[in-house]
Amino acid sequence: MGKFNVITRLAGAVVLLAAAQSFAAGGAALEHANIDPGNIASLQRGARNFMNYCSGCHSAKYVRYNTIGKDLELSEEQLIENLMFNAEKTFEAIEVSMPEAAAGRWFGVAPPDLSLIGRAKGADYIYSFLKGFYVQSESPTGVDNTVLAGTSMPHVLWELQGFQRAEFAEHTEDGVTTRHFEGFEAVTDGSLDAEGFDEFVRDTVNFLVYIAEPIRSERRTLGVWVLMYLIFFWIIAVMLKKQIWKDVN
Amino acid sequence: MARVEAEVGKRPEGMSTLEYHVTKYYAAKSFNWWYVFGVLAFVVLAIQLITGIFLTMNYKPSAEEAFASVEYIMRDVEWGWLIRYLHSTGASFFFIVVYLHMFRAMLYGSYKKPRELIWLIGMLIFFVLMAEAFAGYLLPWGQMSYWGAQVIISLFGAIPVVGEGIVEFIRGDYSISDITLNRFFALHVIALPLALVGLVFVHIVALHEVGSNNPDGIEIKKNKGPDGVPLDGVAFHPYHTSKDLVAILVFLMIFSAVVFFAPEMGGYFLEHANFEPANLRATPEHIAPVWYFTPFYAILRAVPDKLWGFILFGLSVVLPVFLPWLDRSRVKSIRYRGWIYKSALTVFVISFLTLGWLGVQPAEGVYVLMARIFTVIYFAFFLLMPYYTTIDKTKPVPERVVYHG
Repeated sequence: MGKFNVITRLAGAVVLLAAAQSFAAGGAALEHANIDPGNIASLQRGARNFMNYCSGCHSAKYVRYNTIGKDLELSEEQLIENLMFNAEKTFEAIEVSMPEAAAGRWFGVAPPDLSLIGRAKGADYIYSFLKGFYVQSESPTGVDNTVLAGTSMPHVLWELQGFQRAEFAEHTEDGVTTRHFEGFEAVTDGSLDAEGFDEFVRDTVNFLVYIAEPIRSERRTLGVWVLMYLIFFWIIAVMLKKQIWKDVN
Repeated sequence: MARVEAEVGKRPEGMSTLEYHVTKYYAAKSFNWWYVFGVLAFVVLAIQLITGIFLTMNYKPSAEEAFASVEYIMRDVEWGWLIRYLHSTGASFFFIVVYLHMFRAMLYGSYKKPRELIWLIGMLIFFVLMAEAFAGYLLPWGQMSYWGAQVIISLFGAIPVVGEGIVEFIRGDYSISDITLNRFFALHVIALPLALVGLVFVHIVALHEVGSNNPDGIEIKKNKGPDGVPLDGVAFHPYHTSKDLVAILVFLMIFSAVVFFAPEMGGYFLEHANFEPANLRATPEHIAPVWYFTPFYAILRAVPDKLWGFILFGLSVVLPVFLPWLDRSRVKSIRYRGWIYKSALTVFVISFLTLGWLGVQPAEGVYVLMARIFTVIYFAFFLLMPYYTTIDKTKPVPERVVYHG
C-alpha cells in the first residue's frame, strides 16, 4: 500500500509539473497516421492489438463484440477465441475488469474509456502518442511522452518498440526557456523494427477510429444513394417549376 | 378530388383561410433566390421537431446517463445515428439559414415600414432560437457541453449586485449539475419549441397581412389589375411553392452531404472535445462556443472589462432589433441605394464573418486587436446608420418590379 501512495503522489507531482511545462514545451508536431479505414485486414489486426495490449486497462464500453464481428467479417468462433477474453456473450460490450476507483489510485487517474478516443483526439494524435514514449528516469513509470507530457500511462508497447530517448533543444528568449522536441534516439531494440512498429500502431489506430463511429462506412454508402435520389427529384422539380411558370412574364 | 373540394367548399371559413394564406396570397414574381431562406427555415424547423421527438424517446436527461444514452442512440438504436446527425446538423443549418434570411431583409430593406412588426417578431424568434440551441447543446453532456455552458452562464455573474443570484437561478445549483441538465432539457423540448412555433405562426400571419417585400422594395399592392390581383404578383401556390420546392431540394442536397459525409464538419458542427464525457475536474484546453455564437463571443472577449464586455455582448445581439428606426433611407432595396450604404453593408458582413472566425481563435496577441477593431466596425454600422443613410444618394425607384422572365 505504502508504495502505491508514493507512486500516486509522484504521479500527481509529475502531472502538475508537466502541465506547467507543456506551455513551454509546446506540443510536438503530430505525425500523420495514414490509416486506411476500408482495409478490413488492418482493422482485424488492430482489433487483435487492442484486445492484447489495451483492453487490460482500457474499456470500450459503448462497443459490442458482435458489432465488431459483423463489420470486420469475423465469425462467432473467431470472435470468441481471439478477441473475447473478458466476455461470455457476443452482444456484450468491451468492459474492463479493473475497478475504476482502484485504477485511479494506481495510476493517478483511471485509464479512460477508448470508445470515442478516435473522434475526440483524432488518428494523428493517437498515432503520435503511441509512438511518443521516451525514457524519463524521474517519472514513476520510467517514461514520459512527447505528445501528452506527464501522462500516467506506462510504455505498454515497450517489448515491441524498445525504449527510446527524446532529444530536446533548449531555447532562451527574453528570459523564457522553451523546449523543442528534436527527435528520438533508440536505447534498446524491440521485437519489431521501426517499420513493423509503425504498422502495428497504424492498425491499432485504425481500429480505434473505427470503434469511435462503427456506422461511418455505412453512412457514406447510404449518402450516395440519398444524393442520387435528391438529384433525380430535383430534376423533376425544375421541370415542374418551368411548366408552372411558363405563362408568367 | 372534386368531392374533397366540394366538402371543403361547404366550410367557407376553411376555404377562405386557405385562399388567404396559400392560393390567393400574392407575392412578387421577381423574387430571387435570396427569398427562399424563409421557407428553408421552416423546413429546418420541421426537421428539428421531428428528429427531436425521436431522440427524446431514447435520450436520458441525467448527468449519470446522458452521455451514454447519446452513444446508445448512435450505436444501438436502429437508425438512431441518422436521426441524431440530422438533428445536430439541423442545429447548425438553422443558424446558416436564419442568418441568410436576416441578411436578405437587410439587402432589400424588408424591415422598413410597413413591415417593422414582422422584423420585431423575427428578432424575437432569433432570440428564442439562440436560447433553444444553447439549451440543446448542454444535453449530450460532453466536455464542451459542460464547459461551454459554464462559461456562457457565468457571464451573467458580471451584472452588479444580482449577477451571482441570476447565475444560481439559471443553473439551479452552485455549479452546472444534473439539476441544470434537467431544466435545460425541459426548456429545450417543451418551453422553447412551443414559443418558437407560436412566434413563427405570428411571423407568417403578420407577413401575410402586409404582403411580402421584393428585390425592388416596391409595394406590389399599389398596382392592381381590374380583378384586384397585384399586377406584379403571382399566387404563393402553385407559383412560389413550385419554386421553393427546387430550393428545398438544393438545400437538402447540401444538408445531406454534411449529414452523410461530414457530420462533424471539421469539429464545427460537432466539436471534438464533446466526444469526451463532461468532467468537472478537467477543463478543456480551449473552450469555444459553437460557431453560430462566435461573432458575439468575440465581441465579449474584445472588451477588457467584464461588465462592459457583457453589456456590449448583449447590445451586439439586440441592436438589429432597432434597424427599422436606424435606417432613414428613402428607399428599401440595395438596388436603389447609394455607394455609402452598399459599402457599409459590405464592411458589416466582413466584420461579422471575421468576428465569427476570431471567436474560435484563442484571445491573445493580434487576435485581440483585430476583435477590437471589428467590434468598433460592428457597432458603427448600426449606430451611425441614421446619419449615413440620410446623406446617402439614392436612385429613383421604378413604378413596377424589374422582372426578366
